[in-house]
Amino acid sequence: MAELATTLHLYRVLAVAKVRADWQYRSQFLLYMTTQFFITFLDFLQIAVIFGAVDSLAGWSLLEVVFLYATSGMAFYLGDAFISQVERVGGYIKAGTFDALLIRPAGTLVQICANDFAFRRLGKLLQASIVMVIVLARLDVEWTPGRLVVFALMIPSGTVIFSSIWVIGASITFWTVDSGELANTFTYGGNFATQYPLDILGTWLRRFLTLVVPTAFVNYFPALYVLGKPDPFGAPGWVRFISPLVALTMAVAARAAWTGAVRHYRSTGS
Amino acid sequence: MRLYWEVLRRGFRRYSTYRAATLAGLFTNTVFGFLKAYILLAVYEQRDVVGGFDATDAVTFSFVTQGFFVMLGAGHLELADRIQSGDVVTDLYRPVDLQAWWLAQDLGRIAFQVALRGCVPFLVGSLVFDLDITSDPALIAAFALSALLGIVVSFGHRFLVTLTTFWLLDYRGTSQVATVVTMFFSGMILPIGFFPDWLEALARALPYAAMLQLPVEVLLGKHTGSDLLALLGVQVLWAVLLLAGGRVLLSAASRKLVIQGG
Repeated sequence: MAELATTLHLYRVLAVAKVRADWQYRSQFLLYMTTQFFITFLDFLQIAVIFGAVDSLAGWSLLEVVFLYATSGMAFYLGDAFISQVERVGGYIKAGTFDALLIRPAGTLVQICANDFAFRRLGKLLQASIVMVIVLARLDVEWTPGRLVVFALMIPSGTVIFSSIWVIGASITFWTVDSGELANTFTYGGNFATQYPLDILGTWLRRFLTLVVPTAFVNYFPALYVLGKPDPFGAPGWVRFISPLVALTMAVAARAAWTGAVRHYRSTGS
Repeated sequence: MRLYWEVLRRGFRRYSTYRAATLAGLFTNTVFGFLKAYILLAVYEQRDVVGGFDATDAVTFSFVTQGFFVMLGAGHLELADRIQSGDVVTDLYRPVDLQAWWLAQDLGRIAFQVALRGCVPFLVGSLVFDLDITSDPALIAAFALSALLGIVVSFGHRFLVTLTTFWLLDYRGTSQVATVVTMFFSGMILPIGFFPDWLEALARALPYAAMLQLPVEVLLGKHTGSDLLALLGVQVLWAVLLLAGGRVLLSAASRKLVIQGG
């Protein structure tokens, strides 16, 4: 616990310093943040156009799909703002600057994530949050205590799941160096896939996203419970409640992967 | 001409060297092809035809367009970095045409990426889905020509966006806006036949459709005879207009450019 507190403190100090530095270039900072806000509308436009052609998608209404979009977006963009910087580790390894991180009295992961922290990325999170507020106001859900709890745990669990995928993907880079885009398949691809109900995917892809890279737990399973929808594939009922456990497992796996990767690392030397 | 051919070849070679990155990219493109296909198929559960595309057309579209993602996913050229850093000065006093140089470089790079990143997801996709692909050599030739014109139109657009760096001194914001607009109106996000009528009309009046939607329509055999010639004519028109716009803007930029130092 004390270790966690120190890490969080360190993250804050480093990130604040980075934000101060970025803020020196005010106009680009604001322009970039604004465009990030708008770029997020692309996926939203796709949903809007699709629902111009049909009234429902695999039994999900527009508002229900937008609920998936908002939960996926918030979880993904939180991970994007605070952890996704880890995908740059390939660059550190190639340039040889990873060594510098190793000799400092702080964890390597927190150093990378905090050093490259970009406040402007929060523009995307803002867009997803606004959509969330709008959809919650219009969605017709009977809020029970159980549903409130499951809903409250969706975003933190989803954030941890996406962040763990980022860290595991980056850990693989220690062996392959050039495979950055591979991790994108599961992060950006996971974000894209979770904007739509899992029902529409083929069986093999559905199983993959449930059992191997478990992004189905970011929002699909808990959303079934919150929105009171039937599961067309008849997964056991408890599956709707285990997202926090899945997140915890992923975090443990990510920690092990990162530790293993750093231990494997051999500097290129001089 | 020989010079530009060499630049094109080197552009091709330069990007075919990164094998691990290319493999990773192919995997990503294939997975996104599947995701797109499944989303569109869910629409076709309820509709037989949307915007002139049946389910097979739409699934084919999902995979073939993956190849173009590399081209449409970045709003600017690497030249933007050189403008920002000032290195463009050395480019300008070389005895080559700046626009032709970058066009050749871009053609070499994009041709490689479009071909490879379009074909592999398409082949993998065809293992799972019924994909519609013609065996008519004339149609394939027409598609190749149309795709090539699409790349030139896209280059013309990215060259213009890149040149704004001369005035704005940074390109990231502009490039991102350009990317969003391009991705949407080219049909990369969804075939533009899915749009509401007014939006589809707007999309067809803009140059972006000529980058992606039109070539793929050619491949799917939606245009024949004089209709096909008219389509290619529209692409040529956009290519000429954008390239000419680029030249005008470039000469204005060179007049404005002040070189520091002595």
